[in-house]
Amino acid sequence: MAEKYDLQEREVWDGNFAASQALRQAQVDVVAAYPITPSTPIVENYGSYVANGYIDGEFVMVESEHAAMSGCVGASAAGGRVSTATSSQGFALMTEVLYQASGMRLPIVLNVVNRALASPLNVRGDHADMYLGRDSGWIQLDAFNAQEAYDLALCAFRIGEHHDVRLPVMVHQDGFITSHTAQNVYPLPDEVAYNFVGDFKPVDDMLDFSRPVTYGAQTEEDWHFEHKARQHKALMDSRPIIDGVFADFEKVSGRKYNRVESYDMEDAEVAIVALGTTVETARVAAKELRAEEGIKAGVVAIRCFRPFPFDMVRDSLENVKSVAVLDRSSPGGAMGAFFNEVSAALYTTPNRPLVTNFIYGLGGRDFSISEAKRIFKEQKAHADAGHITTDIQQFSGLRGPHLGFFQTKRG
Amino acid sequence: MTEIRWHSRAGQGAVSGAKGLGDVVATTGKEVQAFALYGSAKRGAALRAYNRIDDEQIFNHAKFMNPDYVLVIDPALAYTDNIVENEADHTQYIITTHLSKEELIEGIPSLKGKEDRVYTVDCVQISLDTIGRSVPNAPMLGAFVKISGMFELDYFLENMRRVLSKFPQKIIDGNMAAITRAYNEVK
Repeated sequence: MAEKYDLQEREVWDGNFAASQALRQAQVDVVAAYPITPSTPIVENYGSYVANGYIDGEFVMVESEHAAMSGCVGASAAGGRVSTATSSQGFALMTEVLYQASGMRLPIVLNVVNRALASPLNVRGDHADMYLGRDSGWIQLDAFNAQEAYDLALCAFRIGEHHDVRLPVMVHQDGFITSHTAQNVYPLPDEVAYNFVGDFKPVDDMLDFSRPVTYGAQTEEDWHFEHKARQHKALMDSRPIIDGVFADFEKVSGRKYNRVESYDMEDAEVAIVALGTTVETARVAAKELRAEEGIKAGVVAIRCFRPFPFDMVRDSLENVKSVAVLDRSSPGGAMGAFFNEVSAALYTTPNRPLVTNFIYGLGGRDFSISEAKRIFKEQKAHADAGHITTDIQQFSGLRGPHLGFFQTKRG
Repeated sequence: MTEIRWHSRAGQGAVSGAKGLGDVVATTGKEVQAFALYGSAKRGAALRAYNRIDDEQIFNHAKFMNPDYVLVIDPALAYTDNIVENEADHTQYIITTHLSKEELIEGIPSLKGKEDRVYTVDCVQISLDTIGRSVPNAPMLGAFVKISGMFELDYFLENMRRVLSKFPQKIIDGNMAAITRAYNEVK
């Protein structure tokens, strides 16, 4: 039986510590890990909890992130509750096995501390790794602060392990900005947290020798397509279950999560759509602009990046006039991927708001309240003019001359 | 909202100091944030740590701030780092130095005219005397408690004792002495 951990009602934790406490409270059976900055403390702390008797689990040391996720696949298929953490280059090296895990329908929880991808080498936060995972068949939840990194990690086990879901889940937090920033965190008592997550109930576990099963079989053109279609349907069908888990979490914590979060959107004329910590900074800007200049600004945030909440995005934004979608990842010769997804949803609305794209914050470049205000004011200018008055894609916070691409053909 | 910027070298404990301060502040029911901006992430390199303190949940995640307090725990950084960056007209400076305030300001033109907002304390010497090595973070906390008036000294000491509870008694005692001495000596 695990040792009792001394926990206060109010803690001051950074995002990494918060995530590691969720792994302890969920009593994760196996963590196979190859630590990488800035996610290192998550698995390091898990190892110390095991060593000090706070978890009845096993830390598996491996030689790479590819092996880390492979170890997780093996342990999950064997029938254990499994988790690990990674960032950036480690995530990239894991990518091949991410598709294996989701294809085998293994409910592994991966804590991703978002960090830029090299080259140039950079340890700081942007969403390049998060975007790299977007077609991997995993559920992707996004935390905007340390409290949420903890809360969503607990929810992730419940969601992924649900027998009508059986999919791996990533919980994203911003490298350094969340992972290394200590803030007030209000954890659940151990027994409340564990009872919320529940006992792990394996399906088709390989250690059940009375009922042998195969994982990782080969299917060619005869059945591969059907498998992938079912996997996609499972992701789409996980939406109401995610909603249900969030509703149950509110009952035990008082904290309510939604797949799309809306702030000050009831009467908003202009909006910023964002991911991660930027959401909260933009919320401050919206509030201040409303008080200072009477600009009806609001923020829409994507809590559940996959499955992408196409319908909820549409509902939350269809009545605004102008929307800025903020991509914290280098778009590599296209419009930002997030911009494209939000735009596609808005294209199917009667009002079709004006949508512009900002590339910002790469490699940890600071995103300030004043920059968020400037972006809101640009949206206001578009709304007043009735058409986009700037380049459709712009870089925000970039040193040197203005960089932007494409102009509107409307208006 | 109270915003604090620490100027330090990696290894001097500004990050631990910022987190320790956050820990104590949180016990008063306030919301806190503590984070750092590392340079080249090597021992001895200049770094900055930050605190935000407010009555409500802190949503601002930007590094940018107009600090209410600037805490400098390395004597040389007062000269070589831009400690007045993004200052407000009420920013208060607590600087570790063995010099008198007049001698210090004489060497740092950007502090001229701000004599009533500059405070000095020799955190290096205090930590050498009380803890036995140069860890200027603890004395700086004592000086900050005095200048900010945010806590009673006894309340702060009691809570720091809890924050440090995992350390050996000798280290806890040294830190308590360092905080108390800096509280009394800052001027």
